[in-house]
Amino acid sequence: MKIRINGKETLLAENPQRTVDSLLEELDVSQRLYVTVELNGEILDRPAYETTPVNEGDVIEFLYFMGGGR
Amino acid sequence: MLTESQIERYSRHIILKEVGGKGQQKLFDGRVLIIGAGGLGAPIALYLAAAGVGTIGIADADDVDLSNLQRQVIHFTPDIGKPKVESAREKMQAINPDVKVVTYREWISAANINGIIADYDFIIDGTDNFAAKFLINDACVLAGKPYSHGGILQFDGQTITVRPHESACYRCIFPEPPPKDAIPSCSQAGVIGVLPGVIGTIQATEAIKFLLGKGDLLTDRLLTYSALRMKFREVPLKRKTACPVCGDTPTITEVHDELDALTVCDLKES
Repeated sequence: MKIRINGKETLLAENPQRTVDSLLEELDVSQRLYVTVELNGEILDRPAYETTPVNEGDVIEFLYFMGGGR
Repeated sequence: MLTESQIERYSRHIILKEVGGKGQQKLFDGRVLIIGAGGLGAPIALYLAAAGVGTIGIADADDVDLSNLQRQVIHFTPDIGKPKVESAREKMQAINPDVKVVTYREWISAANINGIIADYDFIIDGTDNFAAKFLINDACVLAGKPYSHGGILQFDGQTITVRPHESACYRCIFPEPPPKDAIPSCSQAGVIGVLPGVIGTIQATEAIKFLLGKGDLLTDRLLTYSALRMKFREVPLKRKTACPVCGDTPTITEVHDELDALTVCDLKES
């Protein structure tokens, strides 16, 4: 299955059970507990990660906290 | 009215059709507040002063430290120990004596932020902790003040401009701050010295474009920058109707300190 993650085509094994939450774990995404996920242009509410399936062709953005500045 | 020496000083601006004498006058009449006189604040303050932004506020309670000098290019070695806002003001006025610099030698908090931002047209976040970043977002959204968010870590940076209630705000992306110490700070994780120069200069550009009323602001787009990959990316965003501060039924209706996001370290680190 092909999806687009932060602008990059990404090939994933077929898995009909895959959710946004399990994808975060599968890819070992940094800031996994805090990262904001945008799916096809919509920012997901955190509780929806567990119930939102990942489908062929999805465009996903991981938005990370960056707290520095000084 | 511009004097002859001002016409010469700003000649490269005035020759631009997007600026001209009228635009330069708008910059003179403009009031921009920079919160944080560190990595991001340094290039912002230098460029806004050089550009002739008439009134520039700068807020920071910290003193210059040796470990700041690798990236905070407005502070020099002899400034170590001096209040950052004083050090910054000296350089800004040395670049451009026409500019009025207003210093706030204090940390911003729910108690003082409304009074400080009230005097400005555009606010720039150059702070280094989530408590301040969320406070600035909330205060600017609630007061209807446009502002530029900037964040950096290691080799990566992000920035977005917020037009309250028109474009996505910081809480549309991140509804609440991470628990304290969940995300490393620059002093814990490091930051490449040139990074705040890139992000801060973009933030200063936004302030200048806002004052001029020209071009397109970085709204509804989070610009991310990877210095290691040398890549810029834009993530398209939309204002969230469920946003806790700028949404249709906000739960945040006055500024408050995010105590969970605040650590003593955050305040001491630079």
